[in-house]
Amino acid sequence: MTDDEGVVQRTRRRFLVETAALAGAAGMGLALDAAPAPATPASMRAAIRKVVGEAPLNKGKLKIDVPALIENGNAVPLTVSCESPMTESDHVKAIHVFTEKNPQPNVIGAQLGPRAGRASVSTRIRLADTQKIVALAQMSDGSFWSDEVEVVVTLAACLEGT
Amino acid sequence: MARALINAPAKAKRGEVIEIKTLISHVMETGFRPDNTGRPIPRDIITDFICKYNGEEVFRAELFPAIAANPFLTFFTVATESGTLNFEWTGDNGFSATESVNITVE
Repeated sequence: MTDDEGVVQRTRRRFLVETAALAGAAGMGLALDAAPAPATPASMRAAIRKVVGEAPLNKGKLKIDVPALIENGNAVPLTVSCESPMTESDHVKAIHVFTEKNPQPNVIGAQLGPRAGRASVSTRIRLADTQKIVALAQMSDGSFWSDEVEVVVTLAACLEGT
Repeated sequence: MARALINAPAKAKRGEVIEIKTLISHVMETGFRPDNTGRPIPRDIITDFICKYNGEEVFRAELFPAIAANPFLTFFTVATESGTLNFEWTGDNGFSATESVNITVE
């Protein structure tokens, strides 16, 4: 190897290292720009307060049915059902579902009435992380009932590009 | 036009609680994912679903980006009289779809 070739080699190596560093930095910047601020337990509480207002939140009556271990967070079967006679005088008015660590705490808000016959709603949801799911039901007498479950998600719903 | 599937009994006894399953094809783009240039893909979701039984609203749901693609919803209603169940989905970018099924109540 001549001296000339050595210089070329060194500069080329430096060029490659520097471009890689730049690209990395640019990539980081982009990733930071695109990453949404995730919902926190605090923002979930705020979202729940928005629905519930000042009314007390009681535990019970409601039941969340979701697998405890989720392999794919992109489509998680979820059923929320509530014990209620569903009569004109005593029925479930609404069922809401919230998550703790998705980009946004709200998942679904369903409005029911005595014509529903049974207070139960099923859907498929996205889960971005291992987290807590909270469901609450609003009764016709104005009381609120809730249930919460912890779920483990092995493959999170994609926030990054596919 | 999005493809919608409805699974509801064609016949029911009066007063019976019937299960209705609905599925509609939709990407439900969350608005939180970046495209390959790093810019976020704009949100494109179904935001509202309404089910009417002979014109009377029996179920309504507000959907958020956390609902999986091709929204699937199951709910119940009481079979009161023969007639039509109307389903309506509305969403971002003027998305709108309707579907209806007939039910015979004996």
